[in-house]
Amino acid sequence: MNSRGLYRDKVLEHFRKPRNYGAIEGADATSKGENRSCGDEVTIYLKVSGDKLTAVQFTSRSCAICRASASMLTELAKGKKVSEAAALDRTDVLNLFGGTIDPVREGCALLPLGALKSALSELAKHGR
Amino acid sequence: MSELDPQKIRGDFPILERNINGKPLAFLDNAATSQKPKQVLEAIQDFYFKHNSNVLRSDNALSFEASELYFSSRHKIASFLGAEDEEVVFTKGATDSLNALSVALADRYAKKGGRLITSILEHHSNLLPWRTRARKNGGEIVVVRADRGWRIDVEKLEEELERGSELVTITHVSNVLGTINDVKDISRRAHRHGALVVLDSAQGVPHMPVDVRDMDVDFLAFSGHKMLGPTGIGVLFAKKQLLSSMEPWQLGGGMVKSVEPEGELLEDPPYRFEAGTPHVAGVVGLGAAVEYLERLGMGSVRKHEEDLVRHAFDVLRDDDIEIYGPRDPDEVCGIISFNVKGVHPHDVSSFLDQDGVMIRAGYHCAQPLVNSLGASAVARASFYIYNTLEEIDRLAASVRRAKGILS
Repeated sequence: MNSRGLYRDKVLEHFRKPRNYGAIEGADATSKGENRSCGDEVTIYLKVSGDKLTAVQFTSRSCAICRASASMLTELAKGKKVSEAAALDRTDVLNLFGGTIDPVREGCALLPLGALKSALSELAKHGR
Repeated sequence: MSELDPQKIRGDFPILERNINGKPLAFLDNAATSQKPKQVLEAIQDFYFKHNSNVLRSDNALSFEASELYFSSRHKIASFLGAEDEEVVFTKGATDSLNALSVALADRYAKKGGRLITSILEHHSNLLPWRTRARKNGGEIVVVRADRGWRIDVEKLEEELERGSELVTITHVSNVLGTINDVKDISRRAHRHGALVVLDSAQGVPHMPVDVRDMDVDFLAFSGHKMLGPTGIGVLFAKKQLLSSMEPWQLGGGMVKSVEPEGELLEDPPYRFEAGTPHVAGVVGLGAAVEYLERLGMGSVRKHEEDLVRHAFDVLRDDDIEIYGPRDPDEVCGIISFNVKGVHPHDVSSFLDQDGVMIRAGYHCAQPLVNSLGASAVARASFYIYNTLEEIDRLAASVRRAKGILS
């Protein structure tokens, strides 16, 4: 059991068995986030019905922190109203990791949030 | 040449007694910065406690003392490099030295028809200042590839020199792979074609005996903080005859003999290039660092790091660990970069950190080189005088645990 530190059990579990993993065919919005400094890539796919996010999925080629973050974030966003999901911020993501991440790794943890935000803007552009 | 006793050396470094995440600190990120011994910290404190005043300006007792310390530190540092005192200009660090040179030498390369030769092995600080200026004012930047041993390919260099060049700027030691260029050979080739040589020795001077006359470089840059000294102080060495014909890149107090309405009479080097109140405490600290290293002997420092690298090659041998660059400890200067199959290097680094083992992951401000290794990032362990074989065993054990848990 390891309930503290960056690679706590919860994070490792999401890394090993990511939730909501896989592309959505015919997604209502898609956005890819890249961290060019380390090669991390994550793509977020959204499906909406009315004002609700019925599916939030991702694919990634990334470090463990980025992947675990995407897994936890999609879990958090799924089922939320679009406006609620748009209000998710840095603190919400850091809280998923138990609060503290050193500044160098914060970029890894926040990459999926950035991709989610741009996917949501994509939705807005198409009037959804 | 006596052998270093890292256990004894560690007694001079209070920070190494710390525990991190409940584990003893194993600091293997020395290519980023080194730790500082008590002797350096005390020299800085002693300066501020007893001698602090501005240098070369005021005619009071404290200013004399501060100036005296400033002179004697410059002398120690110059002798350490085999240079004369007036050939040593103090800067903020290697980056600052290289940026200053890119301005001072702009007439040679940043112009239509100018050709500056550099290499794929460079740190961004020895690429971007030159490239940016050349792109703005005209002039071509030629990047010479590495040979099979990840040193500058001298055959290619020779070909480029034959096409004509005014300036060659290269690294002494790769900050990613630790490979050591044959600077003497490169200087000889460049000079034969009339090109000047700039050496980025940020990873060289701290780790091996360096003699600017023997290498015959025209300019050399390094930082104090990678060699036991404080941050914010570095050196630009330049040959006397070049320095005396160069224009200062900064102007202000302390660098002029007189200022008249119609013009000014500049100070002689090195003061001409040190406008403003210098970082006196930093210079004093760097002087103490040089004294510390000289007492150990730079030959012994080099030998100790070779032993550490040899041991690291042994204990990291594993089908799932890819080590970049040559495997011969003779060819490597205290740096090993690697990747673990299936584990992102940033995860390796963060995982090791939880075991108290500090390394760095990323492209190490040398993206063209790291990309040419076929990687977007690598994990890097880098060693210094206080590191032990046991710490390298801990590195290897932690890397294997990371592999088990994260791949």
